Order: sequence, then C-alpha cells, then structure tokens
Amino acid sequence: MSTTENNAVDSNHHADDHHHGAPKGIKRWFLTTNHKDIGSMYLIFSLVMFFIGGAMAMVIRAELFQPGLQIVEPDFFNQMTTVHGLIMVFGAVMPAFVGLANWMVPMMIGAPDMALPRMNNWSFWILPFAFLILLSSLFMEGGGPNFGWTFYAPLSTTFSNDSTAFFVFSVHIMGISSIMGAINVIVTIVNLRAPGMTYMKMPLFVWTWLITAFLLIAVMPVLAGAVTMVLTDKYFATSFFDAAGGGDPVMFQHIFWFFGHPEVYIMILPAFGIVSQIVPTFSRKKLFGYSSMVYATASIALLSFVVWAHHMFTTGMPLAGELFFMYCTMLISVPTGVKVFNWVATMWRGALTFEVPMMFSIAFIVLFTIGGFSGLMLAITPVDFQYHDTYFVVAHFHYVLVTGAIFSIMAGAYYWLPKWTGHMFDIGLAKAHFWLSLISVNVLFFPMHFVGLAGMPRRIPDYATQFADFNAIISIGGFAFGLSQILFVVVVYKCIKGGDKVSDQVWEGAEGLEWEVASPAPYHTFSTPPEIK
Amino acid sequence: MENNSPKNNNKIVKKLVLTVALMFGFGFALVPLYDVFCDITGLNGKTSNTAAVTSDFVDTSRTITVEFIARTQGSLPWDFRPEVKRIEVHPGEMHELNFIVKNKSVNDMVVQAVPSVSPGIAAAYFNKIECFCFNRQPLEKGETADLGLQFYIDNALPEEYKIVTLSYTLFDISEKIEHDEFEQLFAGDTLSAP
Amino acid sequence: MTAKQSSWLLSAAVFANNAVAEEMPLNLTKGVTEISRNVYDLHMIIFYICCVIGAVVFGIMFWSMLYHRKSKGVAPANFHESTKVEILWTAIPFVILIAMAFPATKTLIAMEDTSKADLTVQVTGSQWKWHYKYFDHELEYYSLLATTKDEIYDKREKSVNYLLEVDRPLVIPTGQKVRFLITSDDVIHSWWVPEFAIKKDANPGFINEAWTRVDVPGIYRGQCAELCGKDHGFMPVVVIAKEPAEFDKWVSEQVEIAKKAKEEEQKLLAMNMSFDELMAHGEKAYNANCAACHQPNGQGIPGVFPALKGSAIAIGDLGAHIDIVVNGKPGTAMQGYGKQLGLKDLAAIITYERNAWGNSTGDAVQAAEVIKYMSGQ
Repeated sequence: MSTTENNAVDSNHHADDHHHGAPKGIKRWFLTTNHKDIGSMYLIFSLVMFFIGGAMAMVIRAELFQPGLQIVEPDFFNQMTTVHGLIMVFGAVMPAFVGLANWMVPMMIGAPDMALPRMNNWSFWILPFAFLILLSSLFMEGGGPNFGWTFYAPLSTTFSNDSTAFFVFSVHIMGISSIMGAINVIVTIVNLRAPGMTYMKMPLFVWTWLITAFLLIAVMPVLAGAVTMVLTDKYFATSFFDAAGGGDPVMFQHIFWFFGHPEVYIMILPAFGIVSQIVPTFSRKKLFGYSSMVYATASIALLSFVVWAHHMFTTGMPLAGELFFMYCTMLISVPTGVKVFNWVATMWRGALTFEVPMMFSIAFIVLFTIGGFSGLMLAITPVDFQYHDTYFVVAHFHYVLVTGAIFSIMAGAYYWLPKWTGHMFDIGLAKAHFWLSLISVNVLFFPMHFVGLAGMPRRIPDYATQFADFNAIISIGGFAFGLSQILFVVVVYKCIKGGDKVSDQVWEGAEGLEWEVASPAPYHTFSTPPEIK
Repeated sequence: MENNSPKNNNKIVKKLVLTVALMFGFGFALVPLYDVFCDITGLNGKTSNTAAVTSDFVDTSRTITVEFIARTQGSLPWDFRPEVKRIEVHPGEMHELNFIVKNKSVNDMVVQAVPSVSPGIAAAYFNKIECFCFNRQPLEKGETADLGLQFYIDNALPEEYKIVTLSYTLFDISEKIEHDEFEQLFAGDTLSAP
Repeated sequence: MTAKQSSWLLSAAVFANNAVAEEMPLNLTKGVTEISRNVYDLHMIIFYICCVIGAVVFGIMFWSMLYHRKSKGVAPANFHESTKVEILWTAIPFVILIAMAFPATKTLIAMEDTSKADLTVQVTGSQWKWHYKYFDHELEYYSLLATTKDEIYDKREKSVNYLLEVDRPLVIPTGQKVRFLITSDDVIHSWWVPEFAIKKDANPGFINEAWTRVDVPGIYRGQCAELCGKDHGFMPVVVIAKEPAEFDKWVSEQVEIAKKAKEEEQKLLAMNMSFDELMAHGEKAYNANCAACHQPNGQGIPGVFPALKGSAIAIGDLGAHIDIVVNGKPGTAMQGYGKQLGLKDLAAIITYERNAWGNSTGDAVQAAEVIKYMSGQ
C-alpha cells in the first residue's frame, strides 16, 4: 500500500501545479471535461430523473389504490406508465451507471481521465434536452406518449397522438448520448490502462462496463432504427409495420426486442460489477472465481442476442421458434447462477461485516435472485402464456431492475461516496434508508406476483374487485418506498456538506487503485500512471 | 500512457463509429431479413406475393381441408366473402375460386388484400398461381366484383397439417396512394402490389 | 368524478367492500382443460425447483452471514478459485434445465396442435371490444363491456363481476375441440382466458390460432392482455361453456333471433320514429357506444378525440355525418358503426348528436336515410 500511496500523493501535487484545482462558477459545469465533474453531473441528473419517474409511479399507484377511476383518466394513466418506464430506463438507471463509470473507471485502471473528455461533456449535456423534450410532450394537446415504453406498432404509429415525433427525437438523443458514453468507456479501457494493468487484472466493475459498452454500441443503433421506422410510418407513409402496405406489426416487436433484451443486460451487468467490488471488500476475502465471473458476464452478453423473442411468445410464432427461444432463455440462467454462486462462495468463510454498501449488496443478491427465479419461470413457454403481460411480469422486472439495478447503484453510491466527498455519510440515516427501502420494496413488489398469478393484466388503470386488497397493499408499499428515497437525498447532501473525515482506504478490506488516492479524490488523479505489481 | 496518443484513440473511435453505423443499417436490414426468414419458416403465416409455377404431380392419397376467411379491416364498408367456406384438396391439385366483393360506400375506393395462412408453417406450401392479392383492387362506389384465386397446396406439406386456413383482409389504401395512381387504377391500368 | 378526498376516505371502506367480491386466489388457476392443468403442473414444478435452489443458496449465504462474521473473531480464509466447484455448479443447473425442458416441450407441442377441431370461432379484437363469428353458422356479434360508467366512477356500488362482464359472452360447447382464429381490426390485442391457458395476440392483418377443449360447463372470464390504447383495461373476455346439446339449441336460437332482427330492420325502414323517441333512444345508444371517446358531454378529449359539441360534422351536412358514423374515418380510431349497430341505434345516435349539448339542427334522422349510406346507392 505505502508505495502506491506516495505515488498518488505525488501525482496530486503534480496536478495542482498545472491546474490549481477545479475552476469556479457555473461555467465549470457547462464546459468541464473532468471525468469526476461529469460523473457527478450524471449521478445528480439520474437522481433527479429517479424522482420524476418515481412521482409518476406514485400517480400510477394512487390510481390503482382502489378499484374504479378516481384520480386520473385512462389515457393519462397510459402516459404515466409509458413515461415512467422511459424515464426509469433511459433517465435513471442508465445515466447512473454511466456516472459511476465516469467516476470510477479511470480511477480503477489508473488513468488520468476518460480518453475523450470533450465528447464526454457533450454526451452528458445533450441528455437533459432529451428528457425536456419527452417531459414537455406530456403538456401538449393530446398528451405525451401513451403506448407503453415498448411502443408497439401500430398503436405507436397509425393510432398514436401527435406528440409521437417528440418521443422519437428524444429517444434518438438518448441513444446518441449512450453511444458516445459507450465509445468513451471502451476507448478509455482499451487505451488508458496503467502499465501492468492487464485485462485479467482489471476490477470486475471495469470488466462488466467494458462488456456493457459493447452491448450499447451493438443495440442502441437498432433502437434508433426502430424509432426511425415508427417516425416514417407515422408521418411519411412508409409501411414497415403496416400490413396494408406489405409490412408486419409483429416485425416491430422483433426489432424492438432485438434491442430490448440486450438492453436488459445493459442495465444489470454493471450492477454485477458493483456487487463484485463490494462483496469481497466486506468479506475481507478475494472475489471467488474472478475469471469465471468475466466469462459468465461475456456469455450472458452473447446469449442476450439470441433470446429476444421470449418477450413475444404469444404473438404466434412457429413451434420451432418457441422451442429455440425457450431453450436459449433457460440457458441464460446458467451463467447468471454462476455469478450468484461466486458471490456466496466469496462470503463463505470470510470475515464479514455489514456496512451499508454490504447491506445493499446482500439485499441485491437475494432479491435479484428472486427476480431471476421468476425470470426462469417466465422462460417456460407454455406457462409464459399464463404469465405474459400480467403483474407477474411486472413483479419480475421490478425485482430485477429496482432491487437489482437500483439497489446496486445505491450500494455503489454508499461504497464510493466517502471517496468522492472525503466524509463518511450519516450511518444511522443510511441504515434507516436501507431498512425502510428493503421492507417497503418487498411490500411493493412481492404481492404483485400473486396478483399476476390470479390474473390481473398489466397496464390497466382499473381492475376487478377481487384484486383490491392486494393492490391497496402494493400502493402503500409504493408510497413508503417512494418516501424512503428522500432519506437517500438527505444522506448524500449531508455527506457532501460535511461529516467525519475518512482515510484513503475508507473501508478496512477495500483493495484497488481507487482506494490508494487521497480522500476526497483530488480533481486530477494518476496524472502519472501508477505501477501495477 | 503512450497508448493515449490521439492517433491511437482515433483508430478505435473510428472502428466503433463504423460499428454503430453498421448496426443502424442492420436495424433496417432486419426488414428484408425478416421477410426472408418468414418465407423459410412461415413465421406469421405470410405467403409469398409472387406467382408460383404450376404443379405437375397430384398426390391423391392425401386430402387437406382448406378454409377461407374474408375480412375487411376496421371501418372499411365493403362486403367481402369467399364463394365457399372450405374445400377439400389433394396436394398438387389446382383449384380456382372467387371471392365476391362489393364496395358499399359512397366513394370510389382502392383496397389491398393481405393474405395470412395458419398454421404459419403451411404458408410456405401454399402456392398461388394467380391471386387478387398480387394487385391493388379498385372498385367504384356500389360496384360488385368477383376476385379470382388460383392455388395448389405443395406436395411437400408435412403430413401433420390437415387443415389450412387462408385469411384475406382487405385494407383501404385509397388515401395512402398518390392521386394520379388512384386515377390510373380506375382508368383500367392494373398496377402490381408493392 | 368523485373528489380526491372522498376517494381517500373511501379507502377504509374498500376492505369491507371486498367481502362480497370473490376471494382472490394466490396461485395460478388450474383451469378447466387438460392443457391448463398441464400448464399448472409445469408452473408448480418450476416453482418448487426455484424454491429448492433458493433454499440451498440463501441457506449457505445466511449461514455464512451468521457464523463467518468478523465480530466473531474469525480470520478470513484465503481460497478464491476452484475449477472443480465451478464446473460442478455450471453442470448441475444445466442438468436441471434439461429435465425441465422435457415436459415443457411436450405441453407446448400439444398446445400448438390445432388440427381436428369440432368448432371454429373467429375472434376479432378492436378498440375496445371483441367480435365473435361462428365459422359454420350464420352467427356473429360484438361482445362489449357491461359494467356501467357509474360503477367505474364510484357513483354506484360495483357489481360482483366488475369489469369482467360483457353484454354477449362467447358460447362454446364442452367436450369438443374448439378452434379460435384470432385477429384484429386495428391495433394489437391479446385474447386471454386463464382457465383455458390461452393467450394469443390478435395482430391486424394476420391470423393466429389457438384451441381448447373445456371439460366443465361454466362461465370463464378473462381480459385483453396487450396494451391497446385508452380502454385497454375495459375489454373483458367472457366465455360460457355449455353441454353440446344445450349449445346446439343456443346456436339455432341465436341464428333465429339474428334473422328476426334483420326482418325487424326491414320493417323499420318504412316507419318514422318521433323526434323524442329518437333522442331518448339516442342518448342511451350514444353513451354505450360513443361516449368512451367523445365523452358523455360531447366535448371529446382535446388532441385525442374530437369534440362533437358544435363540431362541423355534427351541425353540418347530414350526409357527411351519417357517412362518418356508418363508415368511420380510415386511419383514425373512428370505426364504422354500420357493421356493429342496428339501423335504429344508428339513426338515434345521429339524431342525438345533432341535437344534444346545444347542437340544434332539429334534424330527426330516420333508418331509411341511414341505409342509403350502408348500401352505397
């Protein structure tokens, strides 16, 4: 430790000589090319989006609190479910991971910054405009997008409202931003690793992000193609998805899910990376099966390209197609299982402590696995006919995305927050945030399994009376989960403002380059590359 | 750090941008690929929209029931029905039948018939020598017409398929096509389907 | 709409209210067909497998969390790799999956075998209702939600089958193989009856097949399962399964009724209904068929569904008005109602639209005028 610590300190002084720290004022944020500034902006942006998307979820849950229509009309309800989905996927989860990558990837591989700092600035700053466009469409006459975040044609083409063009443009901008971010991550990891940092020495978070970035490059353009076709079908009389002109509405679903399934892994692979950083730290033991983790991640990524049609079993595929996609989907559970087993084996015979990041990680492992189980159930085609488009599916993907992706982001935020700010966060409040989130999220999503099995379809504003009790419970869980997240903001705010000073290593068992620089991490790190032994 | 020369970065960036462009193209390439895929697997019961050649062998050992469904899409105010609801055919045997259609609206209209076969696999074995679905069909207001279909079921149709359903859906395309084209159709020229 | 506060006050009453409603099952339905029971069994097998795997994995993890704590003074072990273990826990799940794939494949093959059907029904979805047509009988009809607006907006107590009731259910015979040919008139819908384990998308322009053989007579309820626009939550599926003899009787009755209705309409052509009669009947028919989009007050939803109050169509040329109601407007959500409503309803609706909410054309539209636009003469 001691040698590299000197090194880091040296590089600080070195940096200060040239730059004298961060520039001041609002200009700093508009023009910054510093990976830490941009990382912070991404994280704050995603937090804001998390609350906006969350507010929409609250509207949805309030309407579903009891049967009958009380608060919103069905058309607005559909706009809420649509925009909630879009914001959470493209505005909250993805930018949060990009923010974490911006902050941590250069520090983990001993690079001074991202490889393409100016592009980094652009890829962030176009994002707020994308969401301004999307959100403003809600206030237009006729309302915003109301066809579900999956925008199936012809509901999104012939039968959609006039704001569809705004939806399309905002998705285009989100896509461009993601692609630029992904290019940056790849170039950084390929070119800027410190001497001696071979691929198989890279921390797992870096590995999972490298693979995620390739997925992004592969599928975001396909999404761009899909929305472009929707645009031309609606406004320029093409017939990609219109049977009258020789097109096929089911083809839309094939193209969409060719993007959509890898997208699911885009939102979960970095989560695997974060958890793989945290679990060893608090087990005080090296990650079990590092190389198998890397291979498992890669094989999940590859398999994600051949399972897309499991979202479409009910569209009427030939038997051979249904069987192929069923088998491939079941196969994905093998590498995913390997990851879970590896985490458990890492904890096995470690010396465990349960700091807040570890609590979130353990919750992640358990609850993500539950989401994985329901995923396996959904893979079985004959039974999927029963589960498809019910609350069982809603429960499944919220377990994977909320207690999966979002819990891992929370874990990562608590894990690295002291490194970012130089202060320990308010542990009591953070623990309260964890326990309240954990309990409420399960009150929110677990009963959805039962409601789905009992036959409640998703995306409906009103439901039969037998679902009433469970929906009331779900809504209460939803409000509690939403309120609990305010605690997170308080913890983060307090931690930025002050708190106990932390050491450079912060956590007792933490290993890796990011723990060898000073806390808070100086504005410029690793201006001279560290030596990796 | 010698890796971080702009030259090195540019090389990778170029490759990645190229990949992005290719994948964007691939998104669109999925459209024709999907059609090819459908032709091979019969996904979604799309039948070929070009004329097949006649068959020279009739397999009298098997009988297949072919059912016909005729629908009009949405609010299209046309009558549309097959002469017969179902017929029994031998594979390879040529059959002809008419669909009777009437434009009940107060306007001249042009429609496109979209075929769909179920089970989807059978679509690949449903050979049409002549079909009104190959062309756009103009009909003046109040006019009635017989639309002809000439087809045979391929000998290679797997044994397990005993019933094949052919559905035609008429779509109103009067407002989707150019005005000149519309006029031409009524002037007597037949245009082939897109 | 009820005020916000009252809805919150009502919440306490919700729990009490539900005592009358059917108890919600906590598991997937076993259903009433052989297929649905196979599906249920598959569901339970995979569920138990997940439970066992979960118990083992979480068991080991919790053991570790309890006994391998730093606070217990344990020193961390040093191992971090074992190819043997890795191979083992790749292979075991693989074997489990293969074991699972067998019954799943078998059931799937059975589900897709639509041959040798005794009865064929064409099912067509449209925004937001189902249409059933018996392939071999002169019988077809629309099936609409029977729940009233008042129940939905909490102005009246909700009935037992709230949102799961229709005016004309589909009727099928028990013990016979019934084949469904499913398609759509506009967007994608999905026809779902949990008790039959059938869920098939209705794709515009394409047909999909599904089949069932119901063992037990009864009423089976389902819903549209694919987001299809505003009233996606309001297009239930209700199927009544009857003994074959009863079914045959029902069909011949219905065919007879349909024939009579047609004759009635012919008679109607010669008659004139009074303005008041038309208005009274028109209000009812309008609220049942048109108010979902154009709203009971005729003001529509700005930007989505046009207002009729004071609109150029409703107070303008009568012919154009009849044409749009009867034949619809292509490329929009406005369907042609000539296909689904009788002449009396159409005449009354058009009269109502031309004279309600301050529209005051004074026109009384008669069936004879409407039919002109249906036959194109």
